[in-house]
Amino acid sequence: MSRFPRSGAPIPVPITAAPAHRGLSDRAIAWLFITPTILLLLAINIFPLLWTIQLSFTNYRANRPNAPLRWVGLENYTYILEDFEVWERLQTTAHFVAWSIGLEVVLGFGLALLINRRFRGDSFWTTVILLPMMLSPAVVGVFWKYLFEPQSGVFNYLVNLVVPIGSFSMLGEVNLAPWAIVLVDTWMWTPYVMLICLAGLRSIPDSIYEAAEIDRAGPWRRFWSITVPMVMPFLLLAVLFRAIENFKMFDLVVNLTSGGPGSTTELASITLKREAFEKWKTGYSSAFAIILFVTVFGAATVYVKLLNRVKNR
Amino acid sequence: MPRTSIAALAAALLVAGWQPAQAQDKQITLCWAAWDPANALVELSKDFTAQSGIRMKFEFVPWSNFADRFLNELNSKGKLCDLMIGDSQWLGGSAENKHYVKLNEFFDKNNIKITDFLPATVYAYSTWPKGSPNYWALPAMGDALGWIYRKDWFARPEIRAAFKAKYNRDLDVPKTWTELKQVAEFFQGREIDGKKVYGAAIYTERGSEGITMGVTAALYSWGFQYDDPKKPYFMNGFVNSKDAVEALEFYKSMVKCCTPPGHTNAYMVENLDAYKSGQVAMQMNWFAFMPGIAKDPQVGGERSGFFVNPKQKIAASTLGGQGISVVSYSDKKDLALEYIKWFAQPDVQKKWWALGGYSCHRSVLESPDFTKSAPFAADFLVAMSGVKDFWQEPSYAELLQAMQKRVHDYVVADRGTAKEALDLLIRDWTRTFKDVGKL
Repeated sequence: MSRFPRSGAPIPVPITAAPAHRGLSDRAIAWLFITPTILLLLAINIFPLLWTIQLSFTNYRANRPNAPLRWVGLENYTYILEDFEVWERLQTTAHFVAWSIGLEVVLGFGLALLINRRFRGDSFWTTVILLPMMLSPAVVGVFWKYLFEPQSGVFNYLVNLVVPIGSFSMLGEVNLAPWAIVLVDTWMWTPYVMLICLAGLRSIPDSIYEAAEIDRAGPWRRFWSITVPMVMPFLLLAVLFRAIENFKMFDLVVNLTSGGPGSTTELASITLKREAFEKWKTGYSSAFAIILFVTVFGAATVYVKLLNRVKNR
Repeated sequence: MPRTSIAALAAALLVAGWQPAQAQDKQITLCWAAWDPANALVELSKDFTAQSGIRMKFEFVPWSNFADRFLNELNSKGKLCDLMIGDSQWLGGSAENKHYVKLNEFFDKNNIKITDFLPATVYAYSTWPKGSPNYWALPAMGDALGWIYRKDWFARPEIRAAFKAKYNRDLDVPKTWTELKQVAEFFQGREIDGKKVYGAAIYTERGSEGITMGVTAALYSWGFQYDDPKKPYFMNGFVNSKDAVEALEFYKSMVKCCTPPGHTNAYMVENLDAYKSGQVAMQMNWFAFMPGIAKDPQVGGERSGFFVNPKQKIAASTLGGQGISVVSYSDKKDLALEYIKWFAQPDVQKKWWALGGYSCHRSVLESPDFTKSAPFAADFLVAMSGVKDFWQEPSYAELLQAMQKRVHDYVVADRGTAKEALDLLIRDWTRTFKDVGKL
């Protein structure tokens, strides 16, 4: 209850009558509010992480709970890092991440520039462009699988309309499957990059462009000297988010190719899932998860430093 | 309100409150894969509910996630399933890790004779260690890999004449893999009723167990052995034998020559789709799907025929099918056992077969009219007499994943040679057996 009357005049409280303890201090209140979050974070993030680190040094298998647990030291880590097939999977992942992000940045930025021009029905087209990213990756995987069907798929039909190359299988051919997953991811996530770029573009004050025009800067000069530097922090942020997401990509690719043909599209996350929940090599997969985590975390840390340098420029 | 009315109301409320709780107690959950026989089991189980008052709840998961989902359930000691119709390969792990209740004592007490079931199915679906008198499941659903073909196409005079002209023999059900490939090649790209058709839909799936089940159908016909019979788990010279290499190369040549375009990640459902839509002359699939094909409005009746896996060096078929087990973590083991007792009865088994399930009970399979009871019944008996299963070891999942990878890499992704694929498979399997202390 408020200690102030409606009139706003404070009620005089004699100092001698004040209780020894008036309530919680600001610091205590802060702790009170933060504690549940910290506990939750400890329970669902930190504890599993520490547990995973511990398991990564053992031979534990979740499907053999009665087997004796053996401390194996760095064996799991050396085994993974010396396995050329693991490096192949990381290469596949790097190919997917690099190409999909490259395409998403170019197309997303291009679309943002177009949408930013404000034309009739621009909000309608913005919504239409955003639709793919609103779908579930699993759903996208399944319906692109149908689109890629060699006999009845729309994709093959359209390609043949443009270039009559006959029958081909995007998901079944070793040379095409890695590009099929890049294509689908680009289709789905370009709108996301576009949205972030659009926010960047709309945050540039018109006065800067007007000043540049007065200085007789041409459109090309304005684009390179104003638009690109001003949007760059937003773009780099989009790249960071997409890189982290694509490094962990699982559902979309599993639904499209299951990692095949052979292991051509088996990303690191798919290998991890197979080791952990199909082969039940819990200790080994914990070590693999830690390696992937450190890779993403390390790369992200370096990247954020770069991002901050760009922002401070 | 008079005191008697209050008492009556209280009693009524008590009963009302108690009844659902009782009904809840008298309910068990059966876990299995989502496929045609599961629907037949739902129908069959209505009799059990009518007789016992125990309601049945079903958890059916598509085959692609079946093992993942339910092995996870068992490993986490979950209580979702009271009864599990688990794959034959799960038996080793489920017995050793005590996921299943051992049924010997129960069989003895309830006069259930395991000898009433076909010995091959008891060996495959019930025993662990293999062949020992330790029973962890009751054979529930016999199954093997077979073939389905377009009988109506095979009967067309112009097609028969063209085949005879090309191969100098009649177009008939293939007896060997060589003949099978000839027939598939013959149909590949042929135009029938104005539509381009293809030879055969065979398993190529990467994610779960598809390509392994398909490839082993060829390997077994070439006389494949998993290990040295005198030296268990020693695989060199067996898994990568000359015949095994030849069989794997043959399977790959079938995939390359005679399947529909893009048939590179296909298992049961994809094969059924290709066949039912009139794309292929033949499909490889489990006997479990044959009742559905026989009744299908598009390809059923006289339009389809069935044949057992062709032999090459020997006659053999890939084993499918499952046993029914009681999950040891269930709180309703007594009710689950009651279901098994009911299911083991000859009359129930007879109805199970009539509804589309594959009974393993000898009273059904050995009855004089069995072979005439369905167009695929005789072939089923032949197939079951020569079935061979994948490793049933506790580490089967790891062994299976290794084979999926090595075989898919070679057959579909054209990586390396058949010999290299099988050598790598031995390396993977050896590592697994060393890990678990069997080597």
